[in-house]
Amino acid sequence: MMIYADNAATTRVSDTALAAMLPCFQEQYGNPSSLHSVGQRAAEILTAARETVAEVLNCSPKEIYFTSGGSEADNQAILSAALLGAKKGKKHIISTAFEHHAVLHTLQKLEKEGYEVELLPVGSTGTVTAEQVKAAIRPDTALVTIMYANNEIGSVLPIAEIGAVCKEAGVLFHTDAVQAAGHLHIDVKAQNIDMLSLSGHKFHGPKGVGVLYARLGVRLANLIEGGAQEKGKRAGTENIPAIAGMAAALKEAADHIDENAAKVSALRDKLIDGLLKIPHSALNGDPVNRLPGNVNFCFEGIEGESLLLLLDAKGICASSGSACTSGSLDPSHVLLAIGRPHEVAHGSLRLSLCEDNTEEEVDYILEETPKIVEYLRNMSPMWKDLIAGKRQFIL
Amino acid sequence: MALYTETVMDHFMHPRNVGSIEEADGVGEVGNAVCGDIMKMYLKIENNVITDVKFETFGCGSAIASSSIATEMILGKTIEEALAVTNKQVVEALGGLPAHKLHCSVLAEEAVKAAVKNYYDREGIEYDHSQFPDTEDCDSCRFV
Repeated sequence: MMIYADNAATTRVSDTALAAMLPCFQEQYGNPSSLHSVGQRAAEILTAARETVAEVLNCSPKEIYFTSGGSEADNQAILSAALLGAKKGKKHIISTAFEHHAVLHTLQKLEKEGYEVELLPVGSTGTVTAEQVKAAIRPDTALVTIMYANNEIGSVLPIAEIGAVCKEAGVLFHTDAVQAAGHLHIDVKAQNIDMLSLSGHKFHGPKGVGVLYARLGVRLANLIEGGAQEKGKRAGTENIPAIAGMAAALKEAADHIDENAAKVSALRDKLIDGLLKIPHSALNGDPVNRLPGNVNFCFEGIEGESLLLLLDAKGICASSGSACTSGSLDPSHVLLAIGRPHEVAHGSLRLSLCEDNTEEEVDYILEETPKIVEYLRNMSPMWKDLIAGKRQFIL
Repeated sequence: MALYTETVMDHFMHPRNVGSIEEADGVGEVGNAVCGDIMKMYLKIENNVITDVKFETFGCGSAIASSSIATEMILGKTIEEALAVTNKQVVEALGGLPAHKLHCSVLAEEAVKAAVKNYYDREGIEYDHSQFPDTEDCDSCRFV
């Protein structure tokens, strides 16, 4: 049995997306910039994909820029807004403590260049309110960049309210919607979003492709100089197969968004209820405003990587925010941001489901996980100290 | 290539000498919960020879594998031989560890040494303090 429960990391390319991609390799293989008919057929695919994405986001195709993925879109959005701000003497940027590194590291770069970055605290459930944003906005605020949904703990943030606050204050608002796109409704007009990033492979599209939406009037700065592709804002011959696949996947996800959310969140809730029965465990992230597929737990007394390896040996693919899985000495900045102490954050597990997962799979995960947690606890000196009362339980 | 060698996975999936020894002659605990790994080593010592060894580990796959293989490397050996086991030898015995996991092998070496030191202290045996690392110092892990 192989259960893929790491859909927040990446997803399986859907049949629909693959079918849209395949003709772009050997039949419609032209360069959209070419004048001849082979090139123009590729240009038609590109135009159609742009229209599809624009329709899903409720914007104009002119506001869609194809990128190499979510990270590039985040980088370009933030750096563009920073440059626009600097021209008006505005160098204050508001974000949150638990953004993706594509956002946080870009902001760190700007800090070194003299920008002032204010990371809002996200509280124990992992969210921010529009009031927090409103209180933080200053006359010199150049940008508010706040994720739509958190990739690790699944909290869904009040993006429309935050967008309204930004619009009222006349501040640019960017949202990293990489985890939200295809899973939560997006309407850039109704939600007052000026810029938005998404990534193709998080909703059964291909990897290496993403979208930056930038409202007309928001002037983008190039990360890549060269040809006139993407209105001169992103040089390089367009990745037509990936763009076509992403657009098809996004449309398919948008067409089934409510039924998928209902199905997946029912599986999620069953998984959460079952895992909560493990003593000294806790759910991470907002229990109510939560991505349909996200389950994230901390289990006290064990370390996440060994949990992942043993789950993998049982055919369950998951992920963790432990230091040992991050390649650094610190556990996930997201878990630390919601106030989990290091020793608890090391014992985290993320299971992220999609509509392809089944109830039988959830039952199997619920059968195996408690056994593995118990096995690891039994060889953990930390657990022994906890049950002997030599160390205080945190969870 | 997989993250870990076959030997690491073997010791992780089937750890040798897991558990504790009630009447241990020396017990050493190194690492800390904040860093994400704690190793505890229990030794039974007769006539200067390690006749039994058990370990408990809170940590990642390579931490568990490092402690497991370290127990095999010192079982039946004299105290001097056990003290001579280095983290490098642990890494070699495991067929290599990823660079960011080398500190796990350091913990294994330190756990053995901490257990021997505890034995010396209990028995009132004189020893050269400089041969035992300061395990409270996190830098020994960070700069492997």
